[in-house]
Amino acid sequence: MLEPVVEIEQQVTFKQEQLQTLFTVLQKRDYQLVGPTIRDGAIAYDELNSTADLPVGWTDEQDAGRYRLASRKDAAYFGYVVGPHSWKKFLYPPVLSLWKANLQKGEVVVAPEAAEAPKYALIGVRSCELHAIAIQDKIFLQGEYTDPVYKARREKAFIVAVNCVTTGGTCFCVSMKTGPKATCGFDLALTEVIDGQRHYFVAESGSVLGAEVLAEITKQQATAEEQQDAKDLMEKAAKKMGRQLDTTGIYELLYRNVECARWENVAGRCLTCTNCTMVCPTCFCMTVVDTTDLTGQNAERTRHWDSCFTLDFSYIHGGSIRNSPKSRYRQWMTHKLAAWQDQFGTSGCVGCGRCITWCPVGIDITEEARAIRAGDKSDKATMAIKEH
Amino acid sequence: MEPVFDSKAAPKEAVVRPMVPEIFRVEKYRKETHDTYTLELKSASGTGEHRFKAGQFNMLYKFGVGEAAISISGDPSLPNPLIHTIRTVGSVTKAMSKLKVGDTIGVRGPFGSCWPVQEAVGNDVVIIAGGIGLAPLRPVIYQVLAERRKYGKVFLFYGTRTPDDLLYRGELEKWRARFDMEVLVTVDRASSDWHGNVGVVTTLLKKLVLDSDNTVAMICGPEIMMRFVAMDLIKKEMTLDRIYVSMERNMKCGIGLCGHCQYGPTFICKDGPVYTYDQVIELLARREI
Amino acid sequence: METLEPILAAHPFFTGMSPELLKLLVGCASNVKYDAGDFISREGQDASEFFIIRQGKVALELFSPTHGPITVETLEDGEVMGWSWLLPPYRSHFDARAVVLTRAIRFDGKCLRGKLEEDHHLGYEMLKRFVKIIVERLSATRLQLLDIYGTRV
Repeated sequence: MLEPVVEIEQQVTFKQEQLQTLFTVLQKRDYQLVGPTIRDGAIAYDELNSTADLPVGWTDEQDAGRYRLASRKDAAYFGYVVGPHSWKKFLYPPVLSLWKANLQKGEVVVAPEAAEAPKYALIGVRSCELHAIAIQDKIFLQGEYTDPVYKARREKAFIVAVNCVTTGGTCFCVSMKTGPKATCGFDLALTEVIDGQRHYFVAESGSVLGAEVLAEITKQQATAEEQQDAKDLMEKAAKKMGRQLDTTGIYELLYRNVECARWENVAGRCLTCTNCTMVCPTCFCMTVVDTTDLTGQNAERTRHWDSCFTLDFSYIHGGSIRNSPKSRYRQWMTHKLAAWQDQFGTSGCVGCGRCITWCPVGIDITEEARAIRAGDKSDKATMAIKEH
Repeated sequence: MEPVFDSKAAPKEAVVRPMVPEIFRVEKYRKETHDTYTLELKSASGTGEHRFKAGQFNMLYKFGVGEAAISISGDPSLPNPLIHTIRTVGSVTKAMSKLKVGDTIGVRGPFGSCWPVQEAVGNDVVIIAGGIGLAPLRPVIYQVLAERRKYGKVFLFYGTRTPDDLLYRGELEKWRARFDMEVLVTVDRASSDWHGNVGVVTTLLKKLVLDSDNTVAMICGPEIMMRFVAMDLIKKEMTLDRIYVSMERNMKCGIGLCGHCQYGPTFICKDGPVYTYDQVIELLARREI
Repeated sequence: METLEPILAAHPFFTGMSPELLKLLVGCASNVKYDAGDFISREGQDASEFFIIRQGKVALELFSPTHGPITVETLEDGEVMGWSWLLPPYRSHFDARAVVLTRAIRFDGKCLRGKLEEDHHLGYEMLKRFVKIIVERLSATRLQLLDIYGTRV
């Protein structure tokens, strides 16, 4: 999991109006601000110009297969949980040109794409999302081969985390030990506190750069009371998780239940629509698409997010390896909660709940895990139940 | 039991720009069978070593059509030209079958794990190929024969659908004529003008007497064939860590990032394609993994 | 005259069979030789015989009016051929043709059936050996049927 890089500084507080100052400071440092904004009836992550673009006074109501915006009684900037987007859309673009090629006197000439990486400031990154970014770091930066586009974007990114004081109906970060408090992996971490007439942020820096940015904002030392208020809000949030996932022995549980009746059951509901993989902040699969123009002289290869829920994903000459929806759901869930550990030394799930919310038929990974556990007939499982 | 070999220990060298193909030129084109052909490729820029290990594969790109993972079937000690034997099974391999000498093709690689050619030194070597599966094993044959005295007995068992589907017929004859290698060939069906064996490749193993503690087996062919062959070898008391197979799945990147070739906890493009049988026996028993 | 017993004992089919039982079988056995191209048995004809191949190669063929002879299997040294003698109507299902000079031991089916019927212990020993071969050939045939080198498998 995440390791602290820099000693977290003393907590400070700044008034809500100072949030715009923070935006301006970052903009002056050439950051493109990206973060939450209302779009198409949801809180999406998009480019931000000012705090006016934030979903002020809005929250989200979430449950399996259900997402609604609702207005808050206050003017909170970050009074929602997470929406359909995740930060991977900025660090690991959904569509990316890898290279272009053309025919010059019958010869193929390949030109790699070398676009300058944008310099993003990610505003409002939740703790679960910090963990998701850390997981993608392992995938894209720590193997034999690395992804240069991800690397460039990641290295340039400035991360403003926001601690969760609101919890969603599908959240289970406490189960996954990924929240609700941001502990590291950020440049700045904010806790938004609305206490009667007072609306302020408790802030701490997690990097030298974060401390420099914070230095440009009008602030004061956080009082013990303010710090306690922020802490209480987070503790309250932690107790209100909409979902729970028992991770005890989940790796073994899934591997020994490669064949269990539950897969058939979930396949009866799953539309293999790929929504869960698209909204998942850690899912990293991609495909490449080769295209040519009508002259046949110019070709291009683009990289696109892909999903293990499609038949094409596992196609080899002759047919698809994972032909049944059952095998595709099993692949996704077993990868997420078990194979991921073999591959990257970490779970692939951060408990953000997006796959539950955005599933059109409301399939709930926590519920599926519970059902598999309940149907687990192995001796080990029996022993584990007895021990409890 | 202690594993004898570790296929993961095979040293790897990262490709410099793994997602960008290097342009090669077709030096020679040879039709092997009605649906299979061999390309000999040389780098258009004339640079680079393009060294590879037996069992590794390249991603070959046909301009404007797409890319396919193809094993390297030449001699690792003579990596220039780069040799690929390709079977026409999809749009990319079909388009590549129409390449002519002098045409260009994109190459990324080499990727993946390799056959245990070095680890097998001092052992008997049993090579079992089915259909196009002989192509990824031919580099092993070249290497073993180049240092023949380092190995014990050497067997090649090869099965195809019909006599017309046999790859590398000239070389098969040469290998068969050697006194230091036993080559047995069989086909699934034939007309009576075929004087060789008829029967699936496993029928060739019936008479094989193995020194199971001092033998390394390398199998490549359709998955069902590999399972049956491995089962026969296990019956002959070979341990799972001495049996190697080469797996195939959809591949897009070749470098472990695209997720397509996942096979249980592994990625075939980097943990495979060559696996010891103990790594895959559980997975092979499960459907749609 | 030299007896065929040592030849039987040396053939893999009879591995592990006691000399006493082998002795019972020798009376049904005779040495045979076929030149390349010779038919050993013909489809549909009386097949009251069973062979153990000592040397050579035999092709089991079916003749198609449009495709000519199709070889479905070849058998070599150390293998056995024929089980139509076991069950009525004792007629061969394939043409068996020597591909090269082939030496074999031929057992008379009627004689053999008599012995196995008389001595069930011998019958069981023989049947165990047959079942093993039938299972091997069945599984090989299933693989063959799958056409595993085709593009669909």
